[in-house]
Amino acid sequence: MSVSTLDRPRTAAGAPPAPAPRRGVHTPLLSRAVVNTVLVLATVWTVLPLTWLLISSTKDFAALFGSGGFEFAGFHLTDNLRGLFAEENGIFLRWMLNSVLYAGAGALLGSFISLCAGYAFDKYAFPGKEKVFGLVLVGVLVPAAATAMPLYLMASKLGLTNTFWSVFLPGLVNPFGVYLARVFSSSFVPGELLEASRVDGAGELFGFFRISLPLLRPAFATLFLFSFTAGWNSFYLPLLMLSDHHLYPVSLGLYQWKTTLAVIPDRYPLVIIGSLVAVLPVVLAFFSLQRHWKAGLTSGAVK
Amino acid sequence: MSRSASSALSRRQRGAAAVFIAPFLILFLATTIVPVGYAVWLSLYSEQTSGLGFGGAETVFVGLDNFTRALGSESFRDGFVTVGLYCAVYIPVMIGAALLLALLLDSAYARAKRFFQLALYLPNVIPGLIAATIWFYLYTPGLSPVVDVFESLGLGWDINSYGAALGAIANIAIWQHTGYNVIIFFAALQAIPREVIEAATVDGAGAVRTALKVKAPLIRGALVLAVLFTVIGAMQLFTEPQIIRTESAAIGGEWTPAMFIYTAVAERHDYGQAAAASIIFAVVLGAASFVVTRFTSRRAA
Repeated sequence: MSVSTLDRPRTAAGAPPAPAPRRGVHTPLLSRAVVNTVLVLATVWTVLPLTWLLISSTKDFAALFGSGGFEFAGFHLTDNLRGLFAEENGIFLRWMLNSVLYAGAGALLGSFISLCAGYAFDKYAFPGKEKVFGLVLVGVLVPAAATAMPLYLMASKLGLTNTFWSVFLPGLVNPFGVYLARVFSSSFVPGELLEASRVDGAGELFGFFRISLPLLRPAFATLFLFSFTAGWNSFYLPLLMLSDHHLYPVSLGLYQWKTTLAVIPDRYPLVIIGSLVAVLPVVLAFFSLQRHWKAGLTSGAVK
Repeated sequence: MSRSASSALSRRQRGAAAVFIAPFLILFLATTIVPVGYAVWLSLYSEQTSGLGFGGAETVFVGLDNFTRALGSESFRDGFVTVGLYCAVYIPVMIGAALLLALLLDSAYARAKRFFQLALYLPNVIPGLIAATIWFYLYTPGLSPVVDVFESLGLGWDINSYGAALGAIANIAIWQHTGYNVIIFFAALQAIPREVIEAATVDGAGAVRTALKVKAPLIRGALVLAVLFTVIGAMQLFTEPQIIRTESAAIGGEWTPAMFIYTAVAERHDYGQAAAASIIFAVVLGAASFVVTRFTSRRAA
């Protein structure tokens, strides 16, 4: 090992002092510097590629290949944006709106469905409950890459491939969301509150919508954020299901442009600015719902 | 239990439970359970065009033929090796980095904890396709500082080699997923009772020793879960190699099992083999998750 003069030499000697060990005056300062330097370096590493995206989206084709990745060369952000929304008769906007429907509307409805199911698993007793819940947990482990293929063939038999529903409906199903919703329901909704409302003669639907749902609002926000991100990022299923460009989510549209770069190199700046624009909604959703995001991540992991 | 006294109430509750669960259950059955069953059925049959190809295809029961054809395919088997190597590179580095960063964040010396958490998590919301696009540009010689650094060190960086392609893709995954696990580990660390850590400090353990010998073992549950989910996600590797494929001769269309299945369906239209491959893939993944949980929980016991 290297020689470190600032380390505590005493502890190595094997005689642990009874009171808390006195640290060298410099140790905390050094530790603080080391700890924060490592954190800053890690942050630089996570942010740097996004910085590159930001800088590159201001460049035209020539500057993209004629200048360093992290230096500005001409400012063509507005030109690029105009080009992006004009390409192929403005299909990019259509892709963005499709993604808003697939991911946004899908996450709203899907989170509500998960919340209802998780709530029922938590608050009600019914025969075979834990067996059904076990099936849901197995569903968490079933790889989407394996179910996409039979799903595609089933949709093809039903004439549903290349439709909005072929991507939208599978996006509503989130077994992990049901698991999370059960955890949330048990920690946010006191059973006594529901008992009290039953004694007062209120129905089960009243109990859910008027008592439980308001308490579960943060849980809903968390589920929504996760489903929205997953839906926005989804690629495999749309790639299998859709062939009509007008139905593409933005990820698939950008992929399609990317595959044509060898033939239409003019699209290089468009793919870059398109990536930046496509990232904005998820980043915005993330920052505006960040209060809930951590609660959701951790309640699933720690329990 | 509640059957004798309040059967009316319990019937009402069962009815409510059914209403709440039905939407999820119907969709879950339709998009997960039925497809799995359909894949099993498909895997046992084969579409065969009769004679000269006139008169359409005929579905014939072929037993395990599709399975032997899938397992007999070298590219399918190689896909598992690739994904295995990818896991071996990606998971230890990513989990190790996430644990280190979480321990640093949890230490008394860290500043601006909230900012660091947000910044580290940010790549996780970036779509895999866009992450791969960005990094792909950063791997392009002439454009990329990454390649420049490698070359200035006298190291070759040839994206057309298998190792570089694997490393390039592992790097994208590490970039995307480290922050997510930092948050989870950090939250688990924060949940450790402070007395435990104070006791270690009183016993004379330094910050580093406390972190490695006391804190890290106490969040084993979170670590196991993170490894499990990472293995499941990593083995389904598809998007990133699919993007980088056009630029790297090392990556073929059947580079990973998920890509093999996609090619079998979308390009070769060999549904029987695709179904058999999907089932084998799901079984291997199930076995891997079983090994991860069993191996780690035995060590915990």
